[in-house]
Amino acid sequence: MTTTDAAISVRDLRKTYGAVTALDGVGFDIAHGETFALLGPNGAGKSTTIEILEGYRDRSSGEATVLGVDPGRGGLDWKARLGIVLQSTGESGNTTVREQLAHFAGFYPHPRDVDEVIAAVGLVEKQKTLIRKLSGGQRRRVDVALGIIGNPALLFLDEPTTGFDPESRRQFWQLIRSLKSEGTTILLTTHYLDEAANLGDRAGIIAGGRLIDIGTVDEIGGADARVPLVRWVDEGVQREERTGSPATLVARLVRENGGAELAGLEVVRPSLEDVYLELVGAYERSGGGGLDTPAPRPMGSDDAEVRA
Amino acid sequence: MSSSTIPRLPAGRALRLGGSRIVDEVRGYFRQGDSVFFTFLFPIVMLTIFSTAFSNQSFGSDATGGEVSAASYYLPGMLAAGLLLSGLQNLAVDIATERSDGTLKRLAGTPLPVTSYFIGKIGQVLVTGTAQAVILLLTAWLLFGVDLPTSGEKWLTFGWVFLLGVTTSAVLGIALSQLPSSGKSATAVVIPITLVLQFISGVYLPFSQLPDWLQNVANFFPLKWMAQGMRSVFLPETFEAAEPGGVWNLVGVVLALSAWLVAGLVVCRLVFRWIRKDS
Repeated sequence: MTTTDAAISVRDLRKTYGAVTALDGVGFDIAHGETFALLGPNGAGKSTTIEILEGYRDRSSGEATVLGVDPGRGGLDWKARLGIVLQSTGESGNTTVREQLAHFAGFYPHPRDVDEVIAAVGLVEKQKTLIRKLSGGQRRRVDVALGIIGNPALLFLDEPTTGFDPESRRQFWQLIRSLKSEGTTILLTTHYLDEAANLGDRAGIIAGGRLIDIGTVDEIGGADARVPLVRWVDEGVQREERTGSPATLVARLVRENGGAELAGLEVVRPSLEDVYLELVGAYERSGGGGLDTPAPRPMGSDDAEVRA
Repeated sequence: MSSSTIPRLPAGRALRLGGSRIVDEVRGYFRQGDSVFFTFLFPIVMLTIFSTAFSNQSFGSDATGGEVSAASYYLPGMLAAGLLLSGLQNLAVDIATERSDGTLKRLAGTPLPVTSYFIGKIGQVLVTGTAQAVILLLTAWLLFGVDLPTSGEKWLTFGWVFLLGVTTSAVLGIALSQLPSSGKSATAVVIPITLVLQFISGVYLPFSQLPDWLQNVANFFPLKWMAQGMRSVFLPETFEAAEPGGVWNLVGVVLALSAWLVAGLVVCRLVFRWIRKDS
């Protein structure tokens, strides 16, 4: 993939706050129409990366291009093509859902239909309610609605489903899938690995300001990390074994057990979450990959609003 | 892909969106209970209290020997206080809060021009300040029997003192909004400033009774000049002698307010940012 056909292109992105290195040479491309999940622990640099790409922060060095524009210099024309869902905010919320959406729709040259957006985020019954009177999850849905009202070519979603109940999360996924099918490029950060697995085409894992792995959601972490795990209890002791042929192993164990059932038997196919935890755990055990500075966690970790 | 493939936005959006911002801002203002009380109703409440508490006192007499009531005496000061509260206090607290609670950050991520944001803020101040002045005048006239001026010349003076005062006050509020470090501290930083100004600028205390040095301090700030301009409209000519130098000094009002307006605009241009970038 070359930079010319990428929606987002990042090369050797660095960000320092005084002596603290928040990003230490991150690079990736996101193709048009792709959904890319940026994963990583708190303070790893996810929000710093996404806020540089949104134009909120200046990078210390490296290159970044977003829809063909340097995000540090993006003007209003450029912003009209973006949809940004920030981490939760605490605005006064003195407008109703409908008023707020209709108002923001006016900012954009080709907005979506206000009614359609309200329906898509499931707030039809709450559309005449003041935003400050909504629950946390409902307010978050307003944030998402404001992010898509301008019909963006590129949508940034920074931990969009925090505070959602499981049903709302499924509805939200459905909404994102329909945006994907319309060709919207999406950059997503999330702590819910099932969310990343469900929505993402590719994922990148950031730890300590570095991209420690990148790949399709099915392949990230490598083939070995995907080998199924068989767990059982043998005379009160928890046992586990990784094997590419779990059924054969289970059959052998049953045979050795005189045809009896095995206690506590599980066959686990590592999920994205398992792979992620393994990768981040390995990174941390290795001492953070030899950064010059200690843990790259500026004050307030990666909570965007702290420094905003 | 080069930036030229990004479609240009149509021209003339800033004004249209500014109008849309005014509607949104005014609506939000009246839905915020504390702003309605502490900036909108406050001068009206104070006028009512002073007019009632001192209803038996005479504050002087006009050229025909008619007594000047407490309501007549305090009306110009309360109109001036309204200009300061609706403009400076309101916007300084409002924008500092919006910076802190994420409103500005959200707007900064949209194609809303900064100009439209400011049109919205200044429009909000004009609309709410005008409504406040009208209610003050009606309260004084209907409730306390204050004789309002009948000459067009006086109302013309009122008009320009009001417009220049409210605009200056709004611009200074935008400039001052950069001072509080967080939305929570905004009222604690801003209200003492406006309160002290009201006490030394002839809003609650008769300006002519303040010591000279305090008058000189107040001379430096805009509220004193707004109050003086308002007194020239609503107090009888017999009161002119009590002013500094024995004249209403409307030229001084224009010069002082214009100087503050320009200074405020310069500060806004230099320091206002959608968000505080970290680098």
